[in-house]
Amino acid sequence: MTDTVERAATTPEQEQPYAELGLKPDEYQRIRDILGRRPTSSELAMYSVMWSEHCSYKSSKGHLKQFGDKKPDTDALLVGIGENAGVVDIGDGWAVTFKVESHNHPSYVEPYQGAATGVGGIVRDILSMGARPLAVMDPLRFGPLDAPDTRRVLPGIVAGVGGYGNCLGLPNIGGEVVFDESYAGNPLVNALCVGAMRHEDIHLASAKGVGNLVVLYGARTGGDGIGGVSVLASETFSEGGPTKRPSVQVGDPFMEKLLIEATLEVLHAGLVEGIQDLGGAGISCATSELASNGEGGMHVWLDRVLLRDPSLSPEEILMSESQERMCAIVTPANLDAFLVLCAKWDVEAVVIGEVTDSGRLTVDWHGERIVDVPPRTVAHEGPVYERPFHRPTWQDALQADVPDTLARPETPAELRATLLTMVAAPNLASKSWVTSQYDRYVLGNTVLAQPEDAGMIRIDEETGRGVAISTDCNGRFAKLDPYNGAKLALAESYRNVAASGAVPLAVTNCLNFGSPEDPEVMWQFAQATTGLADGCLELGIPVTGGNVSFYNQTGTTAILPTPVVGVLGVIDDVERRTPIAWGPDGELIYLLGDTRDEFAGSEWAHHVHGHLGGLPPVVDLGRERLLGEILVAGSRDGMLTAAHDVSDGGVGQVLVEMALRSGVGARCWVPDGIDPFVLLFGESAGRAVVVVPRSEELRFTEMCAARGLPAQRIGVVDSGLGPDAGFAAGTQVLELSNLFTMTLDELRVAHERTLPDVLQG
Amino acid sequence: MNPRVGVVTFPGSLDDRDAARAVRIAGGEPVALWHGDDDLRSVDAVVLPGGFSYGDYLRCGAIARFAPVMHSIVEGAKSGLPVLGICNGFQILCESHLLPGALTRNDSLHFICRDQRLRIEDTTSMWTSDYEPGDEIVIPLKNGEGGFVADEKTLDMLEGEGRVIARYLELNPNGSRRDIAGIRNERGNVVGLMPHPEHAVEALVGPTTDGLAFFTSVLNSLVGAA
Repeated sequence: MTDTVERAATTPEQEQPYAELGLKPDEYQRIRDILGRRPTSSELAMYSVMWSEHCSYKSSKGHLKQFGDKKPDTDALLVGIGENAGVVDIGDGWAVTFKVESHNHPSYVEPYQGAATGVGGIVRDILSMGARPLAVMDPLRFGPLDAPDTRRVLPGIVAGVGGYGNCLGLPNIGGEVVFDESYAGNPLVNALCVGAMRHEDIHLASAKGVGNLVVLYGARTGGDGIGGVSVLASETFSEGGPTKRPSVQVGDPFMEKLLIEATLEVLHAGLVEGIQDLGGAGISCATSELASNGEGGMHVWLDRVLLRDPSLSPEEILMSESQERMCAIVTPANLDAFLVLCAKWDVEAVVIGEVTDSGRLTVDWHGERIVDVPPRTVAHEGPVYERPFHRPTWQDALQADVPDTLARPETPAELRATLLTMVAAPNLASKSWVTSQYDRYVLGNTVLAQPEDAGMIRIDEETGRGVAISTDCNGRFAKLDPYNGAKLALAESYRNVAASGAVPLAVTNCLNFGSPEDPEVMWQFAQATTGLADGCLELGIPVTGGNVSFYNQTGTTAILPTPVVGVLGVIDDVERRTPIAWGPDGELIYLLGDTRDEFAGSEWAHHVHGHLGGLPPVVDLGRERLLGEILVAGSRDGMLTAAHDVSDGGVGQVLVEMALRSGVGARCWVPDGIDPFVLLFGESAGRAVVVVPRSEELRFTEMCAARGLPAQRIGVVDSGLGPDAGFAAGTQVLELSNLFTMTLDELRVAHERTLPDVLQG
Repeated sequence: MNPRVGVVTFPGSLDDRDAARAVRIAGGEPVALWHGDDDLRSVDAVVLPGGFSYGDYLRCGAIARFAPVMHSIVEGAKSGLPVLGICNGFQILCESHLLPGALTRNDSLHFICRDQRLRIEDTTSMWTSDYEPGDEIVIPLKNGEGGFVADEKTLDMLEGEGRVIARYLELNPNGSRRDIAGIRNERGNVVGLMPHPEHAVEALVGPTTDGLAFFTSVLNSLVGAA
């Protein structure tokens, strides 16, 4: 029997399964207080998904407020936090929107579909702003490479990211692949999408205009992903619990491609008053948010929703997270034209409701009223928690456990062996086993993609205007000091974008943490958000939006705090981009910035010693800003042929990557006053290696000196070192003068075999 | 007047804009053709672009073959209309029986995207005439089902008649029989190619500009024939 509003009013004592739906007793009581009666089963379904941690940000809202409060002065921000995605002005009338989201738990339960629908969901967020999606990136984190479960989840997740993005026709231009023990029971699958539109094409999610129609279009609604945001994303996994696979959505990238083309046509034809994608919490979310943002009222005939499975109950239809669906607000006069364009793309569309000024969201099921709620209470006025937090009891001991006593390589032979070990370490090894499964060429505008520092795409084919994006986070730094760890993630991402030649403009983030109900995790979260907000203010680039993912833990052990930071930059002419491959013989290799003896949280301490302790590298955002300006000026004025940020693995890793990317050797040396080991493997922030043509050397070094940025010559590109090093002519060699030589072939094998050997073996 | 080269958009076509861009850069006039319309709009040549037409459901290219536009293209091809099928387009040409053989799942079972070295084997086709026999080129390859297969007799016939237009060098990325990357029909107007020349027409966004000659070839062939 259908649980109607009328029936709910007359059966106040009926038991309701709110706990199974993820609601706490006081939250349930609050719903009863709002409605002045018990909720119907359909209302309970709506509130349960919309008040989930994933949708309501109830534990994080208070902390996220800082991103707005500390927003730097900027003219770039066209649409800020709170919409489907933030929008920034990149000049010439172009607006760019970008955002990163998590799909961690679904990807652990069902790697392929979890990862695939993560891509699909973020692409629809971008589309719903009115933009054409142009590229994706995927920051991924797994347990140890050789862990049995990594071999289960990694190939599936990579195939899912590729399977969806490739079929959708979006180039994958970067991302991360990181391995750490803490992710063994809880891999992180974050998905970023970037899109562009003209300023006048920006659309928002609001249901304006009484009498306008609510059109649901795209895929039919099925029984997949029910409770995805509440049951799956907002709880911790427990051993031996029931399988949660039915809560994972199933993706159809072909339908999404049609949805993109149909949506862009109806938007450009001026047929849409407001638009919202359907992702987490499905119809519940789309209808309540559209109504709440607009006139405040909406009526929905739920039985009109086209179903894949006709046996679905109204509660299931409201909660379903079936993919590839969108909701548009259309005037009655435009409806026919809207339906014609949908039909052109073989996309089904149906009117499911209309905009009202009743102040209520009402839903009927075959003539009976099953929902009658104030939409704001569903969408925007959910519970807010000030979760208790405190500095972890172990934090001081962790910071006191400095890496100074770890055994260091000393002899040239030991240094050589260490470099060979490090470039083959899972976190530093080539990720081409992963990225070669992604199409980086489709759309024909990919200027830079992995393994470059940042992904870069051309936005305007006439002028060459483009954007660059990088995502970064060293979770070990964040564990040692969440405040500075978040700043270091921001600094690295900023530096990567600047190294590509683009001017950093805006920030998105995906804050992956353990359970907010653990005060020590909550402290990490509070510290990291404060660090990120302070950092953005110092660098002068606003946060445009982002995503919080809590409950990333199995049992009581949380993941490393992982505030993934994405920075977007703009470049006037992508022809000016700076790659990481150095040019021909004779070009000079410079190290910019200060090198200190900083190994806490470094890849060397992690990989060689399994050590994590101490304080992370010093972060100086003023220095990062200066370095960024030098890198951008070097690109713009043609002073640099290559640049590479120094982060994980240190300068040794950078030189190897630049040499392998170009296929040409180099003679390098350790400058006076720096310990060879510290130079090769230290991870001090605020540094980059750049390559300067001889003709530009004076101009470049004078610029650095005038601006107060340390610049030290550490090498020269040289393809002719083979014979001197005892190899055949033509053999490419990387030489560290007075220390050792290595052929690029030897380095390439070490660097490139690690992933295939484990994942293909 | 520049030759008009049609680029078909099926539901799920992805590289249609890229193919149109390549035609334009080569000096032709790209013309958009729609899968549901059998009007070829007086084009002088047709490109079937890469992508996942109809989601690659059922079998790659199997549904696209029945699109109204394909009836006109098959008819046109039989009377000499130049047709280039790239990747998914190659699959559609095989499904349409304009070319022999079939494309199967990569032997690695993974989708693969890489800069692929090829040797141009035949320059008598309308799409390869601007190359020299033996030219080595590097263009992107990106496919999940790119393994060219045919029975031994057909493979012998293709090789014997010089109808293998390009072969993989250094690494066979998908298990194609006899390293075949592309083939042509007997007449030389229809070419199917698994790698993507349209992604190698601008130095900025491609690994090389080695793919451009596929498009200039057909434009020059058309001008020469006129």
